[in-house]
Order: sequence, then C-alpha cells, then structure tokens
Amino acid sequence: MSQFLQFLFSGITVGATYALAALGFTLIYNASNVINFAQGEFIMLGGMLVFYFLQAGLPMPLAILLAIAIPAVVGVLLEKFTIEPARDADVVTLIIITIGASLVIRGLIQIWLGKGTHSYPAFSGSEPFLIGGATLLPQSLWVLGITALVVVALWYFFSRTLAGKAILATSCNPLAAQLVGINTQWVLLVSFALSAALGALGGVLLTPITLTSYDVGIMLGLKGFVAVVVGGLGSGLGAVVGGLLVGIIEAMAAGYISSAYKDAVPFILILVILFFLPRGIFGAKITERV
Amino acid sequence: MNLLRRHKPLLVLAAVLLLLPLVLPNNFYYDIAIRMAINAIIVLGLNLLIGFAGQISLGHAGFIGIGAYASAILPTHFGWHPLLAMLAGAAGASAVAAIVARPIFRLKGHYLAMATLGLGIIIAIVIKNEATYTGGPDGMAVPALGLMNFSINGEKQWYWVLAGLLLFSFWAARNLIDSPFGRALRALHGSEVASQVMGVDIVRYKVAIFILSAFFASLMGSVTAHYIGFVTPNIADFFHSIELVTMVVVGGMASIYGSLIGAVLLTALPQALSTFEGWETVVFGSILMFCMIFMPRGLVPTLAERFGGRGEDN
Repeated sequence: MSQFLQFLFSGITVGATYALAALGFTLIYNASNVINFAQGEFIMLGGMLVFYFLQAGLPMPLAILLAIAIPAVVGVLLEKFTIEPARDADVVTLIIITIGASLVIRGLIQIWLGKGTHSYPAFSGSEPFLIGGATLLPQSLWVLGITALVVVALWYFFSRTLAGKAILATSCNPLAAQLVGINTQWVLLVSFALSAALGALGGVLLTPITLTSYDVGIMLGLKGFVAVVVGGLGSGLGAVVGGLLVGIIEAMAAGYISSAYKDAVPFILILVILFFLPRGIFGAKITERV
Repeated sequence: MNLLRRHKPLLVLAAVLLLLPLVLPNNFYYDIAIRMAINAIIVLGLNLLIGFAGQISLGHAGFIGIGAYASAILPTHFGWHPLLAMLAGAAGASAVAAIVARPIFRLKGHYLAMATLGLGIIIAIVIKNEATYTGGPDGMAVPALGLMNFSINGEKQWYWVLAGLLLFSFWAARNLIDSPFGRALRALHGSEVASQVMGVDIVRYKVAIFILSAFFASLMGSVTAHYIGFVTPNIADFFHSIELVTMVVVGGMASIYGSLIGAVLLTALPQALSTFEGWETVVFGSILMFCMIFMPRGLVPTLAERFGGRGEDN
C-alpha cells in the first residue's frame, strides 16, 4: 500500500506538469489549429532560466517571474514571425515549422548555458512528509497546488471574462468572431503567450524534483502531446485529466513493471487509446462536411 | 524516340550517377554520395505516403531501425545469412506496419501524427533497452554483406550498389504514380470522401502504401547497417524520423524530383554546417523554418511553378 501511494504521489506530480504542457497545446490548437511541437522547449526554458537567474544572484521570486515572462515573449515571437506568415499551410508544414523553432530554441540554450544538467533548491525545503508510509516532497505540494490554482484561474478566465470568451469564440469560428469585432490577431498572440507561460511554469515547478538540461524539452513536450490526445484534442478538461492519467500510469508502470520502459509507457498508452477511442476520452464527435 | 522521351528523366539520373564518380575526389565525398542515395530511396517511399497519399508518418525511423537491427542481430546471434536477415527484417517491418495500419488509418491529421510518432518511439526504446541482443545505447557491429565468396567492400563498390538501387527505386516510384494505384493515391489526397464515392477503397490503399514504405525503409535500414558496419539506436530515434519528413517537405510533397533534391540537400546540409561549430542545430532549425514559411509546398514545386511555366507534373 505504501508503495502504491509512493508511485501515486510521484505520478501525480509529474502528471501535473504534463497537464500544464497539455493545456498549452490545447490553447494554441484551439486558437490556430496548430500543434506546437516547440511546447516542450518552453518547459525546458522555465527550468533553465530560473537556474540561470539564481546563479546571476537574483532572488527566487524575481527569477521565477522572469523565467515565465521570457518564454511568453518567445511564444509571441514564434507566433508573429513563423506561424502567422504560414497561416494557410498544410498540417505537416506547420508541424515542421514548430519543430524548426524547437531546434532553434534548444540550440541557443545549449550554446548559452551548456550541455550540463542543472537544478536549484526546492521552494520550501526538501524535508519530506510521511503519509501512509510513503514520502511526499514539499515541492510536490507546490506543483499540485499551483497547477490547481492555474486550472481554476483558466476556467475563470475562459468562462467569466470577455477576453477569455473572445478566445473561445475565435476557436469555434474565426470568421464569425472577426465579424462580431473580435481581434483574432490579438487572440492568437495571447494564446501563444499564455501557452508558453504555462509550459514554462511547469518547468519552473518540476525542476527541483527532476533536474533539467537543454534537451529535456523533447520528451516532456511529446508526453504533454500524448496527454492532449488521451484527453481529446481541444478539450481543456481533457488536457488536465489526460496529463494526470499519463503521469500516474507512467509512474505505476515504472514501479511495478519495468523502469527501463518508463518512457515507452505513454506511447503504448496512446496507441491503445487511439485504437479504441480514436478521439480520446473527452474529444468531441466530429462529422466531416464536404 | 518516343521511348527515349518517356524515359528521359530516368536516363538523366543514370547519366548523373555514372558521371558523378569522375568528380568525386576521395572516399569522403563517396561516403556523402552514398548517404544521399540511401536517404533518397527512403524519402521516395515516404513521399508516396506523405505527399501522394497525404498520410503523415512521424515514426518512419522505427522501420529503418527494425531493418538495421535485423541485419545486425540475426547474423551475429543466430548465424543467419545477411541477405536472409535483410528480408526477414523487411518482412518484420511490413508485418508491424500491417498490424498497426488498420486502426491507425482510421485516424487523421494530428492523431495520425501522434500514433506513428508513438510507434516509432516505442521501437526505439525497445532497441535501446534489449541490450543482450542489441548492445543497448552503445550499439553493435554488423557483419559484411556478401554472397558466396564475394562481399561488398569499400566506398566505391557501395556507390555502385546504391546507384543501382536508386535508379530502380526512381523507376519504380514513377511507374507506381502513373499506375491505377498511384491515381487512387492522388485521388485520396485530393478528397477522401470524393474518392470513396468513386469506389476507391481508401483504407486498403492507405494500408498498402504504408506497408510498402515500411518495407523500403527497413531494406534501406539494413543497407545502411551493412554499409557503416555498425549500428546504434540513433538510427531509430524520433529525430531521424523528423529528418526524413523534412526531406520530403523541403524537397516538395508529391514530387518525385523533390524527394531526390530534398534528400541530397538535407544530407549535405550537416556537412556544410559543421563549419558553424556548435551553431549547427540553430542554423538547421532556422533553415527548416525559412523553407517552410516561404516555400510551404517545397523547393521543387515552388521553383517549377516560378521558372518552368508549364510546371512539373510529378
């Protein structure tokens, strides 16, 4: 039992980061129909930038703020200079553009901060709590607490504010949204900024537990994408549930079956789910119109 | 005369391949030419799937990995003849493709990308983990490829082998496109619903082309393994899949010449970029983005439209 709890704790913690990445994917997908393969790089940027700013002597809160703000700016630049000029391109073309962007971000960080593995101290000590024979790191509580806050804030933003509703309207029908006076250009930029900030936040929170380096973005991003597809492309609730589910199943499989195959688990899961539920768990039924 | 005109592209390619050794100064350049040919053959197959049938695969390196490791493992651990091992690998890759194809091809767009990506990553992880047979992340040696007492040795011999394979693939791909099968593929890229209404069994065609491209990818994986004489899990990883898709898209989707150009350019690019010392990834990524933003249809179709007037039909 204590073992089970232990795996559950670590699964939920990592799963929360996948959920944040998945929410980022979903935001961009809803606003622009683009799957942003550079999403994982924002997670990496979050962790690496906090590490850099702490080294440079900045206090923790300021370092975190910058490590979230800078990726948000990168997200805006990405939209403005690469996605916008290629608006009407094929799915494959857009995927390649975002992959190109992720290579550029990863390459620049590798040149700037090197290939080493980095970390920084947890926000409030590393003395673990004992719950039912399992240990829970204080940092895990930070991850879960802040993720929960973010989810509630996003829910509020999208269902109670005009700006949020404008974004939802754009994702439903961009032309109609434009006709009622929504600045869809602005919606795209906000979506990319928000999505990058969410990814970076995940990286900032998770790094004290899992460490970071210039190349962690690929796997984290791909697993975030798995979480999106598990939950159903385009669904916010699906993204969160998908993220947690992927994290928990991965941790259980690593604990009970084989830790060597830990990274394969999300991808086996996704194949199984796509075979039986081609639109994910929460995906909408779509009938194609000709 | 008519026959000559019909086969003009094939003859041009043959002439280029024949004359190329005259200007290749040393083995280093032979090596690059060989890698270009290997990639070109894989990309021809992948372009049939992505460009003509409109089905993306982000896991094709997995099939290459199956072929490469079949050629490494079966002769080394089980004493199989390398040619038999190569066929077994290709059969294995086709079988994997066939098993997953039906469920996968009910999916579309991003879901299809996800499923093929997952498949590729799983294959790569299996190769990395089963160290008893595969040597794990360090890789393993591959015995020479030969028949009777003769074995292929050195860059020059390999060059002619691959020149022959490339010519054959080029001819086969062109014929396939002009066959009823090719027309069905193009129809389904145009509109799946319309081709279904016209009586094209779309799933059967998608599955067939997926299996075919997996078969070729695996064969070329075997060839790569024998040529280099050593194989590591990198051959099956996600980045390799992306490189191949990039060659298809940069050269031009649904363009046979595009496949050749894409493979040649992107194989040469890392060599050209090695002078940038550390900036390779950044420059490579930037080139990808620029190509796709300014030539979303790929080099060959874009240039053909601009300069050719009448344009390139395939």
